Amino acid sequence: MDQILSIDKGAEEGLVQLLKFLLENDKVSGVFTLRKTTGKGFFDYALITEPGLLEDAIPLHPFMNVNGGKIISSLPPMKKPVAAVIRPCELRSFVELVKRSQGSIDDFLLISYTCGGSFPFDKTLKDNGQKLLPGYWKAVEKGVDSENIRQSCASCEHFVPQNADITVSLLGEKDLRSKCLMYLHSERSMAMTEEFDAEISDGQLEIKRFEALLEKRSEQKKKDFKEINIEDSGLDGMIDLFGRCIGCHGCMRVCPICQCVLCDFESCGYDPDTSVIANELPVRGGVRVPTDTVLFHIGRLSHMSFSCVGCGQCTEVCPADIPVSTLFRKTGEQVAGIFDYIPGRDVDEEIPVTIFKEDELSELGND
Amino acid sequence: MSKEFKPKIISFLCKWCTYSGADLAGTNRMKYPASILPVRVMCSSRVNPVFMVKSFLHGADGVFVGGCHPGDCHYQSGNYFTRRRFAILTRIFDTLGMESERLKLSWISAAEGVKFVRVTTEFTEEIKSMGENPAKKKVFL
Ligand code: SF4
Ligand code: SF4
Ligand code: SF4
Repeated sequence: MDQILSIDKGAEEGLVQLLKFLLENDKVSGVFTLRKTTGKGFFDYALITEPGLLEDAIPLHPFMNVNGGKIISSLPPMKKPVAAVIRPCELRSFVELVKRSQGSIDDFLLISYTCGGSFPFDKTLKDNGQKLLPGYWKAVEKGVDSENIRQSCASCEHFVPQNADITVSLLGEKDLRSKCLMYLHSERSMAMTEEFDAEISDGQLEIKRFEALLEKRSEQKKKDFKEINIEDSGLDGMIDLFGRCIGCHGCMRVCPICQCVLCDFESCGYDPDTSVIANELPVRGGVRVPTDTVLFHIGRLSHMSFSCVGCGQCTEVCPADIPVSTLFRKTGEQVAGIFDYIPGRDVDEEIPVTIFKEDELSELGND
Repeated sequence: MSKEFKPKIISFLCKWCTYSGADLAGTNRMKYPASILPVRVMCSSRVNPVFMVKSFLHGADGVFVGGCHPGDCHYQSGNYFTRRRFAILTRIFDTLGMESERLKLSWISAAEGVKFVRVTTEFTEEIKSMGENPAKKKVFL
């Protein structure tokens, strides 16, 4: 049975109060959270060790500028765990990175929340999303989708965190401005909050209330997957889709899964080779330069799609407006399905390319 | 068609098994199709799926990976990983609507020269019936 902490304060305020408590009482070595960077309202993720700096923390701000799972995997080791407030998809990313030896679960007290989604970049960069916030929080209180969230959020089925130590309950909570409910799932989160001033009760986050939202998002996902309609158009479809790709590799750089120390596509082996172009010309009659754009995308799919958590960062940063995340998630689900794998589900579940079973896939290779 | 279509099949062959199988076919004066363009690799698991995709997009009509039978890998378990990667890549091709039939994986041991000839001949015939890889003539690759 989980424990519920209840505070008579707004959800964000209550959470900040807990973060302060943890830091001031030396339960954690630091706090990782979104925080206002300047008075102008810009915000960023920050690792904070001075409790006073938490005054400006906005841990629940619905904007993911970078994938927090990717960022915490690069934090320095500290004496005690760092309390990190990240979204469910960021948490799933982190779990995938831990499987790749790029982080350790024990280094963090993982705090997440039932997530109403993030705003797209273009909607937030103008005024930091200030105008959209009231409507957003109203929707979250009702447990429905705000119309302003990212496409990838509106079709995200994993909005209830898995593997979190603490879940702040947001979706469907009627009084987010006056009530903060936090579910403690792990022993260490209970131990750390023992002396924290809050009402404590036993209980479990009931999943039933999310059924309608889950159904809606699954429908949306089906629609998005259908719209991208790649399986009917084949290579021509890929060329259509990526014909406008400028090869900036931005989608890869922001991807929380693509964290290879030396990426294939950044290595000299994949540098454009003029002799290849010269050899191709007589056959093709013309070659689009730079070459190998489709190769980059299919190659990346083959390396990591089974771990795609659908965070949508790749689509957000694409300057050519290519729905990268829809394609990666759709393909990823197909690939992961072979191995009954769900990215971010369980830190002990190894990624499909590092393990095998002797008695599987026996239809392959036998002639 | 004015000229008979002679497919090109880029073939990644494991040094310990399939490549030696091809050698055996040669020393026994058996003939395997000239469509097979062998690339010797130390293990079939050395084949990054990107190699296969690159071969395909640069116009190979077929891509063949040959390794030791499961359980017989010189490095104990390389070919099990190969098998998973191959499953992943073909599933990606299928999801993208690309012709996964142009990709082939086969276990052929160093003693199976005859099998090497049979499998490569059959695969060549299959590719012939599919025709040229449409990727070959695309300006966009
Ligand atoms: S491929 Fe895109 S959606 Fe998937 S994990 Fe990477 S950045 Fe997120
Ligand atoms: S594209 Fe492949 S090699 Fe490059 S970072 Fe991603 S997974 Fe690693
Ligand atoms: S971000 Fe967009 S333009 Fe840049 S490499 Fe990725 S798909 Fe291409």
